Amino acid sequence: MRRLFGVAVVAALAVALAFLALPVAALFVDVGPGELLDSLDDQASLDALALSLEVTAIALAIIVVVGTPVAWGLATRRFRGRAVVVTVLELPLVLPPAVAGIALLAAFGPDGLLGDALDSAGVQLVFQTAGVVIALVFVASPFYLRQAQAAFEALDPALLEASRTLGAGEGRTFARVACPVAFPSLLAGAALAWGRALGEFGATLIFAGSLQGVTQTAPLAIFAGFATDFAGALALSVVLVAVSAAILLGIRLVARARPAL
Amino acid sequence: MRRGTLVALAAALALAGCGGSSDAKPTITVSAASSLKRAFEACAATLPGEDVRFSFAGSDELAAQIRQGARPDLYAAANTKLPQQLASAGLLDRPVAFAGNRLVLAVPAGSRIAALDELARPGTKVVIGEPGVPVGSYTRDVLARLPAAQRKAILANVRSQEPDVLGVVGKLAHGAADAGFLYATDVVAAGSRLRAAELPARLAPHVDYGIGIVKGSNHEAQAQAFVDSLTRGRCRQAMHRAGFEPPPG
Repeated sequence: MRRLFGVAVVAALAVALAFLALPVAALFVDVGPGELLDSLDDQASLDALALSLEVTAIALAIIVVVGTPVAWGLATRRFRGRAVVVTVLELPLVLPPAVAGIALLAAFGPDGLLGDALDSAGVQLVFQTAGVVIALVFVASPFYLRQAQAAFEALDPALLEASRTLGAGEGRTFARVACPVAFPSLLAGAALAWGRALGEFGATLIFAGSLQGVTQTAPLAIFAGFATDFAGALALSVVLVAVSAAILLGIRLVARARPAL
Repeated sequence: MRRGTLVALAAALALAGCGGSSDAKPTITVSAASSLKRAFEACAATLPGEDVRFSFAGSDELAAQIRQGARPDLYAAANTKLPQQLASAGLLDRPVAFAGNRLVLAVPAGSRIAALDELARPGTKVVIGEPGVPVGSYTRDVLARLPAAQRKAILANVRSQEPDVLGVVGKLAHGAADAGFLYATDVVAAGSRLRAAELPARLAPHVDYGIGIVKGSNHEAQAQAFVDSLTRGRCRQAMHRAGFEPPPG
């Protein structure tokens, strides 16, 4: 019986690996090195890649700087309505991206709830790079929040207690003990959020539009190219996969180099 | 067989929505330009002999799917060029023109913009279709007939290039953009949210819609019945009510 389960696990792993790896492998099979170089010569592709790296970096910075204290608060405090707050914060996780885009328009668009307020403050988001960042932060932040909250909840209470007995306030405990200890998990959460942001398509298109160099990120350029320049779209996809894999691998190596205390 | 895997994947994608057809009524799948959504859905409801499943998107995206191996029964585009290209590639049978349309200047209902030259004003937010999608290509035809300075000023005001007409409609209806180029039928379908300003006759492009049966369709008779009903049968009225014009000739 025990052996049977072991076989089942291995079989499931093989199926999962084949299913998840095959489409990615197919991309690489289809693109020759020549096409790859040609696509890197294309200004629209280059602009899209540069924009993608820029907006995902900004979005990730916002998510980590704001999200880490939020996750800490949720992990360390018990209050009425906490379950509701956590659910609301995680909601973008299950929203279809198109719904997220429409929701952002309804909130921050010119006709939206905050449209007039933003306008009088001179803030423009729709059709702007800033709008792309907003869309990315909206769809990607739950990935980080979830992971960070779980990481803080998993900390050994004795560790935090020790910090407190030694006279450190909550802020100091958070910055000097909790964050360093939870660092590998926080990094993993950041990687997930970054990956989601890099692949974002629907919310960006609906809320921010698509214009080369301004709002057309790599996924939007790939979609535009699918109809008109299939080889170029395929090549850009390969570059995006390679860049993503490199960054994920880099994060994994950093996390391993800094083991938990 | 470099494209083999992708062809298989695209075909699987196209067929994923085709399960569960009843034996009594055959189901045909129609890949159609987004601008046909309203009219075709109304039309399908009137057909007695078949169930129709639609895939609406930009005509160019749908053509690319077919080139990559997707096999709907019918392909209907907002121009006659794309169906002809697919026919030359041996992927589509006997494409015919089945409807006409007009490109118009579309603005939100409350807008004061009434003419093309107002789009050149600095700060006007203009949305157009991508170059590959028919609505975007017609738009560029119009702009190409303008004086260079005016064309440049309008292009400088373009804030987004949308993959299909629905993207342009959405941006205008939400007040995100001030003006865009759409088909007259899109403005009709958007109801009270949008208003159309006609383009001068010397600028207006000819907009003809083409349709053809995809090679290898298993429902050729039903697909042909759908095509016939568009020009001669029950669907003619749905097309007319949606604002489409009869095909040329």
